[in-house]
Formats: sequence, C-alpha cells, structure tokens
Amino acid sequence: MANNIALATTLVILGLSILVAVKGAVDYNQPWILILNTRFLLHTDGLAKILILLTGISFPAILFATTQNQPKQKNIFLSLLLFTQSGLMGVFLAGDALLFYFFWELALIPVYFLSSIWGGEKRVAVTFKFFIYTFLGSLLMLVGIILLYIHTSEQNFLISSLMHASLTPVQQATAFVLFFLAFAIKMPLFPFHTWQPDAYEQSPTAVTMVLSAVMVKMGLYGVIRWLLPLFPLAAKTNALFIVSLSIVGVLYASFIAIRQDDIKRLIAYSSIAHIGLMNAALFTQNQIGLQGVLIQLFSHGINVLGLWMVADIIEQQTGIRSMKQMGGLAKAQPTLAILLVGFALANIALPLTNAFVGEFLIFNSLFQFNIWAAAFAGVSVVLSAIYTLNMIQKVAYGELSTPMQAMNTPNKNAQIVLIILLVIVFVTGVFPQPLFNLTADSLQQIIIK
Amino acid sequence: MNAIIVSALLGVIMMFSSWYVKGERTQKTIALIGLVVLMVANLSQMNGWYVVNYDTKSMLIFSRFGLYANTLFFGLTFIYIWINGEEISKIGNHAADFYALFFFMLCGVSVLTSFDNLLMLFIGIEILSIPLYILTGSDKKSLFSNEAAIKYFLMGSFSTGILLLGITFIYGATGSFHLRVPQTGIKYEQFMTSAGLILIFAAMNFKVSAAPFHFWTPDVYDGAPTVFTSFMATIAKAAGFIAFITIFQTQYKALGYSWGLILPFVIISTLLVGNVTAVFQRSVKRMLAYSSIAQAGFMLFALYGTSTLANEGILLYMVVYSLASIGVFAVLIKMKENSIEAFHGLGKTHPLLAFLTTVFLCSLAGIPITGGFFAKYYMINSILLAGAGLWLVIVAMVFATISVYYYFKVIQAMYFVEGHPAIMELDKSYTYKLSVIAILLLILGVFPSLLFNYLYF
Repeated sequence: MANNIALATTLVILGLSILVAVKGAVDYNQPWILILNTRFLLHTDGLAKILILLTGISFPAILFATTQNQPKQKNIFLSLLLFTQSGLMGVFLAGDALLFYFFWELALIPVYFLSSIWGGEKRVAVTFKFFIYTFLGSLLMLVGIILLYIHTSEQNFLISSLMHASLTPVQQATAFVLFFLAFAIKMPLFPFHTWQPDAYEQSPTAVTMVLSAVMVKMGLYGVIRWLLPLFPLAAKTNALFIVSLSIVGVLYASFIAIRQDDIKRLIAYSSIAHIGLMNAALFTQNQIGLQGVLIQLFSHGINVLGLWMVADIIEQQTGIRSMKQMGGLAKAQPTLAILLVGFALANIALPLTNAFVGEFLIFNSLFQFNIWAAAFAGVSVVLSAIYTLNMIQKVAYGELSTPMQAMNTPNKNAQIVLIILLVIVFVTGVFPQPLFNLTADSLQQIIIK
Repeated sequence: MNAIIVSALLGVIMMFSSWYVKGERTQKTIALIGLVVLMVANLSQMNGWYVVNYDTKSMLIFSRFGLYANTLFFGLTFIYIWINGEEISKIGNHAADFYALFFFMLCGVSVLTSFDNLLMLFIGIEILSIPLYILTGSDKKSLFSNEAAIKYFLMGSFSTGILLLGITFIYGATGSFHLRVPQTGIKYEQFMTSAGLILIFAAMNFKVSAAPFHFWTPDVYDGAPTVFTSFMATIAKAAGFIAFITIFQTQYKALGYSWGLILPFVIISTLLVGNVTAVFQRSVKRMLAYSSIAQAGFMLFALYGTSTLANEGILLYMVVYSLASIGVFAVLIKMKENSIEAFHGLGKTHPLLAFLTTVFLCSLAGIPITGGFFAKYYMINSILLAGAGLWLVIVAMVFATISVYYYFKVIQAMYFVEGHPAIMELDKSYTYKLSVIAILLLILGVFPSLLFNYLYF
C-alpha cells in the first residue's frame, strides 16, 4: 500500500516534470521573510528543466525497481525518500539564494536518516562523515551568501541582485572559495571526495541511486547556476587551477577504479571521474562545454542509475559484490548481461550512447581551453574503457561461477525499468536534439559575458 | 517599571503562599497565573499604562527593546514552569519557595533589561545571581549539588567584586555612574575608563560563561539539579546577555582598537573550549553544559556593532536557544542517568519523544527549518554587516560543524543503536507539552519575523 502511494506520487511528479519541460517556464514568486527581503521564488529555465526531468524520472524508476526488496518500516523509508525528492526539486527550482540554501540542507537531512537507519554494517559512522562534510560545506556557502547579500544595493537574495553586489576583489575571491568548497564537497571533487565511496557502499540501494544519479548533480548545478554567474572574474582567474584539479581527480579516480574488486566501489569511483570531467568543462567557461555538461548531467544520471540497478540485482540474489567471485552472467541471465553491457558502453561514452554526445562536447571545450588539459582528460577515456570493460569481462563472461548459477530471473519491475532506461540511453544518444532544445535558453543566460 | 514592581510583589506572595495553599499543583498554578499577570503588566507598560508612575530618570530607562525582551523572558519562564513544575516540586520540601525565587530572578531580569546606571546593573546582577546560588544548592542531600553551590557562590562573588571594581574605575574617571557615549577627553581619564570597562567586560563574561571565564560552568551545571540547570543555562544566561549588550553597544568605542582584539579572542576561545570539550563528554548533561558555553560564543557576536539586526538577532537567538535547551533538559530530566547510553533505542520505544528531541538538537545545531538556523543566520549577518573580520565568521562556522557532531551523537544513540532506554514512566501530557516547544521552534524556523513584529508595532 505504502509502496503504491509513493509510486503514484512520484509518477504524478514525473508527469508534472514532463509538463514543465514541454510547456516551458513556471514561475512562483511570493514574499517569504519580509524582514530579510527574501522571496519564495521558484523559477524554471533549461538548466532547471533538465535536472527536474532527471529527478522526475529517477524516483519512480528507483521505487519501481526496488519494490521487492524494501526494508522494514517501509512507510518511514518511503516518506523520507519523498522528502529528499522535494528538497532536490527545491534546489533545482530556487531562484533566491536563501531559499536555495534552505532546500540544499533539506535534501541532505532525510538522506542522513535513510542511510543511518537502513544502510550497511558501518552505516552510522560513514553517513555521519558524509553529513558533517557536506554540512561544513553548506555553512561556508551560507557565509558566502550573506557576504554577497549585505553588499547588494537592493538588499535581497535574488540572483540578479547578487550578481551586481559590489565586492572588493578580496571579498569576491573569498566568497568564491566559500561557494566553491560547498559545491566541490557535494560533487565530490578530488581532494574532497573521501566521503563518497564509503557512503555509496553503505547506503541502502535506493538511496545510493538517489545520491549518485541526482544528488551529486546538486554540486554541478550550483556551479552553473550560482558560482559562474556570480563570480565570473574569480572563476576565470582560477580556471586553470580548478580544471587541473578536476583532471587530476579524474585520473586519480580512474586509476583507483581499475584496482577495485568491489563492483559498487568501482561504480562509485567511476562516478567521481565523470563528475570531475564535467566540472573541468564548466570552468573552461566555454559555451560548447557548458552545453555538453547540460546534456551530460542528464545522461550520467540515467547511466549510473542503470549500473546501480544491475549491480544491486546481482547483490540481492547472490549476496556478493566482489567481481572475482562473479562470472558467467551472460550464461546465467543473458537479458541482464545485455542490459549491463548496454549501460557499461554508455559509461565509456561510446558513440550511439547518450554519454557520447555530452563527452564529445566536453572534450571539445577542454581542447579549446588548454591542449594539455584535453590530452590528460583524454587519457581518462582510455582508463574508463579499461575499468568498465574489465568489469564486463569479469561479471558477464568467463566461467560460470557457483554463486551466479543460483541466480533467478530478476523480477519484472526491475527489468521493465532497466529496459526503459536503456531505451533512453540510446534514443538520446542517437537523437539528442530535444535535450539541446530544452537547454538552449540557459546557454544564452548563463555564459559568458 | 511595572514588571519590576509586580515581579517583586509576586515573589513575596509566592513565598507566603505555602502557608495557605498546600497542594503543589495549586502552587504551580498560582505561579503560572502570576507569570501571566506579570506579562500583562509588562505589556501594558509597553502601551503606556503604569502601575505606579514613578520617576526613574537616570536610574532606569524603558526602551521598547528592553520591555519586549522582558515579555519574552516571562513567556519562556512560563513555558519552563509549565513543563517542569512537577519536577521542581520533587526537589526540597517547599516548591513555593522555588517559585518565589523565580519571581525574584525575573525582577532582576527586568532591572537588567532597563538599567541606565551602573549601580542598577550591579543590583540587577545581584538580584539575579543570589537566587541562582540557592537553586544550585537546592538539592541539600546531594554532595555534588552542595559542592556546585559553594563553587558557584565563591566564584560568582569574586566576579561581582571585579564588576564593582570596574564600576569604581569608571566612577573615578567620569565622576558618575552613568552610561554615556565616551568622549575623547584627557588621556588619564581615558585610561581609567578603559580599565574599568575591561574589568566589567571580564565580569560579564563570567556571568554569561564565556571563555576564559567559563571554568565554573560545567561543574555548576552538572552539580545543580537538572531542572534548575535548565533555567540557569537558558533564561538567566540570556538576561545576562541583554545587559552585556546594553553596556557594550554604547561603550565599546572607549576601548578603541583593543576592543577589536579582546572580543574576537573571547569569541574564538569560547567557541573552541565549548565545542571541542563537548565532543569528548560521555554525560549528556555535561555535554549540554559545554554546548551552552559554545552557544554563548555565538551570542557574543551581537556585541559587534549596534545594528538593529544584532538586537533582533540576540532576541531570536535567546528565544530559540532557550526553547531548545529547555526541551532537551526536560527530556534529560526523565532519564534515569545522564550518560549517552541512556538514550539508546529511544527512537523505537518512544518515537514521538525521540522526534521532539531531534528537533531540539537540530535547532541547537542550527539546521534549517528549525529556529536555530535563523538565529545563527542573524548572528552571522549582523557581524558581517558590522564589518568584522570574515575569518571570524568562517572559524565560527567550522565550530558550528563540530557542534553538529556532538548534538547528532545523541540522535544517533536514539535511532541507530539498539538497546533499552533508561527512561522513567512518562505521562502522555508531558510529551505533548514538549511538542508545543518543538512546534514553536519549527514555526520560528520558517517565519522568524513573527517574533519581531511586536518589537516595532
């Protein structure tokens, strides 16, 4: 019962998201806290639309695919998940900085409880680390927001006023760092990433999917929506440093992914690599790069969702995560193996898959920015092929291992969801124009004066 | 003026009430009615109606801010007694005596919110402090309580001595007890004024338990009966802050550059001592004592500058902090022991109570949608507006993150650890009373401006 209600809710939200994406801008603008001059302003543009669409698709997919193996106290679990969704939607819609901060925290707190109560063995410590880490980041961002706010001439939190805040160069640099730390922790960017693999491993699967498919996009979203427009100068001066940092992170995460035996950790590190690449492209401040990231935000969400689902099905049925013990999935469950290969190919960004479109544009922008950046980032593609194909080889092919023999056909729901996701992967890979159209208006607004 | 007179009268009435009213419940009801009367008296002064129209010129000055702060203190005391009444009557033999002490303390609070003369400041602080010494030692049979009381009394008297010394210095320099905006006069005079102000500053830091004058706090809060710790850490401390701010928002200029060194030093050391020590506590009561030091560090932000934002902020901060602390202490009172292990598994056995405790702790930690968030927000905003160093705010935020660590330890113990909570039998009504606090905190977390509307209109 609880399941059906939650699923129906998310489906309604999906419908609304699609409506917003197709119909165009929605605006809701009411005064919120008069004394502070904040407004409850929800606003959609291309950037918001594509992330709303991703959030809208992810939640019903996750709920539908994991109906069978949901934990006890299901109703609380589901309600916290829905709270997370509302927080995420708020983050993507908010046009007022304080409101944005509000939702930013709101999305985090239910996740803290979800992972701490229903997660794996080391859940409490791991989730706490994640929570403290991101909380520190967001408090610093709050300081940054207030610093901008008190220097605006209109004394409000609207993005257009914050943009024209009169800051000294030192203040702008400080505020930039404060914002950037919050987003870098959330993404997570290389030296701030240590919470992520543990958190992904220990969280309950549904939450891991939410985290990796949607929540990490909050960091990138923050960069596009707030950081680049608010601090164009600081972003430009620090661009080389941040791009280098991102690419170091990409290579670092890729090398670690190659050495992983645990399939979940492999996906986690691969996700760090992909996010780092997107961040590098953003700081090139190049229109093509931004377009690529906008597409890739959506594509990466879909791909990683698919990978997690397959990994979860295997773990649910056999109880193993070590890839050494897997093998022969193609013999045991050919359908599942095909799906896995499909998502894996998208993870490498092979042509015809959705990720190709985005990554092509991303590399294009990096190439224009700095040839060395493009060269090193290019290595990461090879590395990503290595670890992904290695995973396929170990999981899908080879001798049929004993635990894999015991696998049954995954339940219908999960199969349906996976097939839908794979269809999205290829359709948007072959025909990405609708996504381009969706995000076209953002490009003009955000970049690059 | 109304509040001072009425609260003193009510104190006397309460003291004698145990002669003719026997039931402890009735005494509690009388106290609550008394508080309502007090609030009405105070509000009527805000609207220009006086019990006795007495000329208090150059002794007391009644600003709208001070009167409104009074009202809030009375409201908080009302909630405090409404929730903790039964617990108060368990300590000692005559509950009415304690209620009388509360009214006397509120008299001291009313003086502290309206003094215009350093002698009145001294009197207000003494009226507030002496009942606190008594309350600390009220559990006569407990050695800890006695030890705490004697410690508090000795150190408190010592700090009052320092306060008096400071006042004397200022009198020596200016020839009056008045708080005036300092003028740049003779050098020698300036020196005396600054010396006096620094002594007052130290004494006030002692009263609000800011580091490095905080050493009494953990022992006293730990030794005193938990109900009274709850009052000391919240309403008494907040009243001290109002006085503190009233002095230094006008006087800090006399200290010149040294103010810019002293205040950050005190703020940072308070945050450091409070937060870092709280992390290592196993006893929740001691943890809350240190956390109250840490929260004082945030309230000290209001000493920077005279913006309206700082004034609004300190009101919001003290209300929100007091509500949340009263809530947490009220839960702690019902625990059989103070250790964190007592909370294990509370989320399973008492879901509503655990949820309420979570709201209180989140508010103390400053998580959005609870009032604590906007309290911290106002403080940061006012300090940045006053042009204080950005580094100070950033350091404070790092400490705020540390505070999340120890507050959430309790939440973890309640929800994520299996076990049987060591909790006494609970009335349903007790939990419902606590949920009123939680609802107030949530309302203030979304509409903080509700609190200020009455400040202006």
